[in-house]
Amino acid sequence: MVSGLTLKEAARKPDGIAPGHRLCAGCDETVIARMILKATRGPTIATSATGCLEVATSIFPYTAWNLPWIHSAFENAAATASGIEAAWQAMRKKGKGPLAEYETVDIIAFAGDGGTYDIGLQALSGALERGHDFTYVLLDNEAYMNTGIQRSGGTPFAASTTTSPAGKVIPGKREWKKPIDEIVIAHGIPYVATLSAAWPLDVIRKARKAFEVEGPAFLHAIVPCTRGWRYPQEKTIEISRLAVQTCFFPLYECRFEEGRPVYKLSGPSAAIARRPESKKPVLEYLEMQGRFRHLFRPERRDDLIDSIQAWVDQNWQILLEKVG
Amino acid sequence: MSERFPGWRELPKGAVSPKSSIEYKTGDWGVEKPGIDLGRCTQCTLCHFFCPEGAITISEDGHPEVGMDYCKGCGVCAEECPVKCIEMVRKR
Repeated sequence: MVSGLTLKEAARKPDGIAPGHRLCAGCDETVIARMILKATRGPTIATSATGCLEVATSIFPYTAWNLPWIHSAFENAAATASGIEAAWQAMRKKGKGPLAEYETVDIIAFAGDGGTYDIGLQALSGALERGHDFTYVLLDNEAYMNTGIQRSGGTPFAASTTTSPAGKVIPGKREWKKPIDEIVIAHGIPYVATLSAAWPLDVIRKARKAFEVEGPAFLHAIVPCTRGWRYPQEKTIEISRLAVQTCFFPLYECRFEEGRPVYKLSGPSAAIARRPESKKPVLEYLEMQGRFRHLFRPERRDDLIDSIQAWVDQNWQILLEKVG
Repeated sequence: MSERFPGWRELPKGAVSPKSSIEYKTGDWGVEKPGIDLGRCTQCTLCHFFCPEGAITISEDGHPEVGMDYCKGCGVCAEECPVKCIEMVRKR
């Protein structure tokens, strides 16, 4: 039962990812991935697209994965997960093969924002359209951090990356963040949710719902990156909390019922909807991160800060209208 | 690295990595380590979830234990502890 999941119970469950992996100190990716793997119901198979999580957990001859794990190329995590699901279904139908005995298998595809927004979008779209029963986890650190902080479709406006550097003329990335959740929701899949590591129980419960639902589920997690976002390594959780409190990254879930998407705000975002005065200005989120430093020094760019605030407010308003 | 690892011809099909990363100690990465005041700990288990390494485990009696073999000293646990009973101290 979903409601029976508690932090104390989950804390006693062994981790899906062992220590000794080589992600940076203060990286949020394993925080989210470990929480999600705590929510599994039993037999689990994971696959990762190329990205920080994949390269840092599988450096030969070591593997950090305590469960069956398949490496994917950058673009095909969703296709690999589809294949795993199809193989399991075929084995169950024939009644033979190593997976035939399992009633449920939690199949999880972990991919970063590069492997989802840009490179993996067609494989993801295909897998969602075919309706395979798997969970796709987007670990969104808003740039290609693994190869050295190149911009991706998930990089927010005005963020400085190595391929969209902030200079005298161009203030960082000039495009806005791609609305990946809406693209996925438009496929009419049964469950979509956004996650922030600052609320562990929320992450675990949403992950369990994603596993239990029949058909594809999509989890979109904000994953602050201490190297790419340029902040002190101990602030990781605080930044993922601020992203939600400023409504830069609202937490909600979306189910598909009777042919239409039904949105529901989760705990912290629902609290902001009830008390709009508790919504923090996006300034607090921006000034903690070095990738937005050019908005404050050498001279303060209020025009850019205001346009980011306007973008946040507009998206939040649209979401509130959808929630109803 | 005098130890020899099996090459790709000798490995089982599917390229299964022969070793678990728990044999790879990352404890020497950091300059600081968490010191936990267990007297004030409320056993909320949040440090276990927020540890990026999974180095903090919860013992039988509900208290956190830090695996110093793996702790990279990032300080997330000290920052996020609700009762601030974790303090980062310099490794010697």
